[in-house]
Amino acid sequence: MTVLSIKDLNVTFSTEGGRLHALKDVSFDVPERRIVGVVGESGCGKSTLINAILGLLADNGRVDAGSITFEGEDLTRLGPARMQELRGQRISTVFQDPMGALNPVLSVGRQMRNIQYRSGRSRSEKDARSEAMLRQVRIPDAQAALARYPHEFSGGMRQRVAIAMALMMRPALLIADEPTTALDATLEVATIELLRELQQDIACSVLFISHHLGVIAELCDDVVVMYAGEVVERGTTRQVFHTPRHPYARRLLECDPARQSGRTRHLPTIPGEIPDLRQRPPGCVFATRCDQRVDACDKVPPDVAVETGHVARCVLAEAR
Amino acid sequence: MFAAVSDLRSNERTRTMMRVLREPLGAFGIALVLLMVGGAVFADLLTSHDPSRISPRDRFQAPSLDHLLGTDHLGRDLFSRVLHGGRIALSVALFATATSLAIGVVLGLIAGYGPRWLDAVMLLLFDSIKSFPTVMLALALVTLFGPSLTAVVIVVVLVNVPGYARIIRTQTLALKGSEFVTAAQSMGAGTARILRHHIMPNVISPLLILASMDIPVVIAIEAGMSFLGLGVRPPTPSWGSILNDGFTAIRDTPWIAIAGGLPIILTTLGFTFLGETMRDLFDPRLKRRT
Amino acid sequence: MVIVSVAMLILFCMIYLIPGDPAAVALGPRATDAMREGLRIKMGLDKPVWVQFWNFFFAAWQGDLGRDVLSDRLVATVVMEQLPYTLALIFGGISWSVALGIPLGCWAAVERGTMADRIVGVLSVAVIAVPSFVVAIYALLIFAVALRWLPAIGAGEPGDIGDQLVHLILPSLAVGLGWVGYIARMVRASMLEVLESQHIRTARAFGLPERMITYRYALTIAILPTVTLLGVGIGQMLSSAVFAEIVFARPGVGKLVYDAILTRNYPLVTGAVLVTTILFVLLNLLADLIVGALDPRVRSRL
Repeated sequence: MTVLSIKDLNVTFSTEGGRLHALKDVSFDVPERRIVGVVGESGCGKSTLINAILGLLADNGRVDAGSITFEGEDLTRLGPARMQELRGQRISTVFQDPMGALNPVLSVGRQMRNIQYRSGRSRSEKDARSEAMLRQVRIPDAQAALARYPHEFSGGMRQRVAIAMALMMRPALLIADEPTTALDATLEVATIELLRELQQDIACSVLFISHHLGVIAELCDDVVVMYAGEVVERGTTRQVFHTPRHPYARRLLECDPARQSGRTRHLPTIPGEIPDLRQRPPGCVFATRCDQRVDACDKVPPDVAVETGHVARCVLAEAR
Repeated sequence: MFAAVSDLRSNERTRTMMRVLREPLGAFGIALVLLMVGGAVFADLLTSHDPSRISPRDRFQAPSLDHLLGTDHLGRDLFSRVLHGGRIALSVALFATATSLAIGVVLGLIAGYGPRWLDAVMLLLFDSIKSFPTVMLALALVTLFGPSLTAVVIVVVLVNVPGYARIIRTQTLALKGSEFVTAAQSMGAGTARILRHHIMPNVISPLLILASMDIPVVIAIEAGMSFLGLGVRPPTPSWGSILNDGFTAIRDTPWIAIAGGLPIILTTLGFTFLGETMRDLFDPRLKRRT
Repeated sequence: MVIVSVAMLILFCMIYLIPGDPAAVALGPRATDAMREGLRIKMGLDKPVWVQFWNFFFAAWQGDLGRDVLSDRLVATVVMEQLPYTLALIFGGISWSVALGIPLGCWAAVERGTMADRIVGVLSVAVIAVPSFVVAIYALLIFAVALRWLPAIGAGEPGDIGDQLVHLILPSLAVGLGWVGYIARMVRASMLEVLESQHIRTARAFGLPERMITYRYALTIAILPTVTLLGVGIGQMLSSAVFAEIVFARPGVGKLVYDAILTRNYPLVTGAVLVTTILFVLLNLLADLIVGALDPRVRSRL
C-alpha cells in the first residue's frame, strides 16, 4: 500500500527570463510505514517538490502535468480548502531551520493548541495532548515548556518541538526537509534516532530530504536521487548505495567525504554546473557533466528498470 | 526646480523626466507642481488685482468672475493673494531647503570625517533638536527674532539639518574606510580635496532626493507659522495667513479658509507624489525610511 | 534623562537670550523702577548667569518650575491643569491612527499588487503630506460648520465624559490623520516582510487557516515597529496638538505655551516645554514597555 504516489510530475515557474522547468517527469512512491530519502545538490528541485506536495507553490509556479496521489486523492486537483485540511493533519512537515520555523511571539503551547484547531477538543484536552507530545520528544518539564517561547529553547530542543508539532495530529506522511542540517553532529544523531522512534510509534511514512548521504543511508529504506529537477535514480537504499546505475548517482556517492579513505588529499567534485532550467538540454540533463557520454544521450533517456524497484534514467543503465 | 535633475546632462534629464511621467502618480504630481509654480511665476499675468490693495467696499465678497476666489475681510482679492502667496511659499521652500542642505552637508562631513568626540557631541545635539516638537521650536525662535521670514528659514534649517547631516555622516563613515579614499590619501590628497572630489559626489544624490521630498514639509512649516502669526508680516500674502483670516471668519465666509487651504493641499500633494515617484524609480534603498 | 537635561540647557540659553525684561512684563507699564528691581531680585534675575542656571536646573529637578508671571500661580499647577486635555488629544490622535492605520496597512499587504493596495498607498502618502492644521480647519469647516454634526469649539462640559469625547473627535482626527498614513505604510511593509518568513511557511504547512496566519501569526509581529514609531512620533503629535488646540479653541499645554510666548510669560514657557519634554521621554519609555509586553524576545532582555 502506497501512501504517496507521484507520477510524471512537471512543475514550472514563470520568470522574467521565460518559463523555468523546475520538476520534469518526477515519479516515485512512498510506501506505507517506510522512510524514503530524497538526495541531491542544492537547486535540484527538492524544495519545489515539497511545496508541490503541500500545495504551497509560489504564485508564479504551477503543476503542468502529472499527479500526486495521497491516500487515494490527487493533490494537484484539490481545492485550497481541502488541501488546507490535509496539511498538518494528514501530511505534516518539519523544516530545516529550527530558529525561524516557530513563531517568535506566541508561546509553544499556544502554537501547539492552534495546530489542533480542527480537532474539536476542549482547551485543556488540547494542552494535555501538546504536553504528551513534548514529553514524547523528550522535552524536559513539558508542562512548563508549554508556557515558554521559542527563543527560550536551544536549537536542538527547538527542532524537537517542531517535530512534536508536526506529529501532533498523527499524520500519515511526514515530510522532513533537511531537519538536521542546522544541527551539530551529536544532535543530528539524536534527532535521527528520535525521528525513527516516532515514525515507528505513529506508524507514518516519512519523506526525508537531505544532501547528507550518511544520514540517508542510516535512516532511509528507499532513496530517490534528484538532479536538475529530475529523478535520475531510485530504489532501495541498498540497491542505490551498493550498485548505483546512473553516472550522477555514482559520482555523488564518490564525492561523499565519509567514503573517502584517509589518504586522499582533496575531495573529488563533479566538474560543471547544473544546466539553466529555463533552457533544458533536449536530451539527458546530466549529459554536459557526464564522463560516459554517448551519442544516444542527445535523446531523452528512458527510465530503465534494472531490478524490481530500482530505476535509473540513463541509456547505459541496462548495458551494465 | 530640482538640483538633482539639473545636475544631469540634458539627454539624461529628458529620460529622467520621461520615466517619472510614465508613472501616473508622478505625472499627476508634476502637473500639480507645474500648476502651482506657474501660478506663482505668472501671478501678474493671471490677475490684475493687487494682492495687498485694501478695498473696504468689496469686503467678504463670495467668489465671482471678477474675484475668482472671492475677497477677504479687507476686500483684498483672494485669487491674487493665493498666487502671490505661492511666490512666498515656493521661494521660502527653495531658499530654506538649499540653506539646510548646505549646512547639513558641511556638518555631516565634519561629523563623519572629524574626530570621534565631535561626532558624538553633534549626534547628541541633533537628537535633542529632533525630539523637540517643531512648533515649540518655532515659538521659541520667534520670541528671539520676532515674526519674520528669517525666523521661518531658521526653523526649517533647524528641523532639516539633523536629518541631512546624519545621512551625510553615515555615508561618509562608510566611505571613509573604502579603498578609493585610502588610495587618494596615500597619494597625498588633502582632507578638503578628498571630501570634495571623492566623498561629496557619492553622498549627494540620495540626499537631493530626500531634500526634494522634504519640500512639502517646508511649505507646511511656512504656512503653519504664518497661520500662527509667526511667519510673514500682515500685508504680505501667505497661504498660512489667508487661512488664518479665513479661520477667523469661518462661519460666515467659508471661502476664505478654502482659498487658503487648497493651495497648501495641492502643493504638498504635488511635491510628495513627485518625490515618492522619483525615489521609487531612482533609489529604492530609501524606501525603508518612514 | 540626558535628553531632558540637554533640553533644559537649550531652553535656558534661549530664554536668557530673548530680549525683554520679565519683571517689566509682570508688573505692567505703570510700575516704578523700584518695584521692578524688587521683583527682579525676588526672581533671581540680578544674579550671574550661571547662578541663575543652577537655580533653575536645581529647582526644576525638585519639581519647582517657578511662578506664572501674570497670575503668580505655581507653573507646575498651571501646566498640570492643562496637561490632561493635551494628553486626551494625543491619545485620541493615536486611537484614530491605530484604528484606521493598522487595518488599512494589513489589508494592503494581504491584497498586495491589487488596486486596493495602490489606493491605500496613495491615500497614505496624501494624508501624510497634508499639514495637520489644514486638516483641522477643513474638518472644522466640513463637519462643524457645514454639516453641523460635531461641535466646533471647546473641550466639552467638565465632568460629562460623553460630551468631552464628542468634542475630542475632530481635534484628535486632525492630530491623527497623518499618522494613519504613516502607520498604514509601516504595517504594510512589515507585514510583507513577516509574511515571507519561515515560520509563516511552517504555519501554512500545518494547515492553519489563512485568517489565523494573517492576524495571529503575522500581524502580532508586524505591529511591533509601529509602536516604536508612535513613541518617536509623540513630538510631532505635540506640534499638531498646538494647532488643533488653537483651531478648536481647546484648553491644553500647546495653547498655554503659545499664549505664554506671545505674552513673554517665560517661567510658564520653560515650565510647559520642560513638562512636554519629560512627557515625550516618558511616552517613549511607555512605547518601549508596550513593545516588551507584546514581544517575548524583548521582554526576556529587559
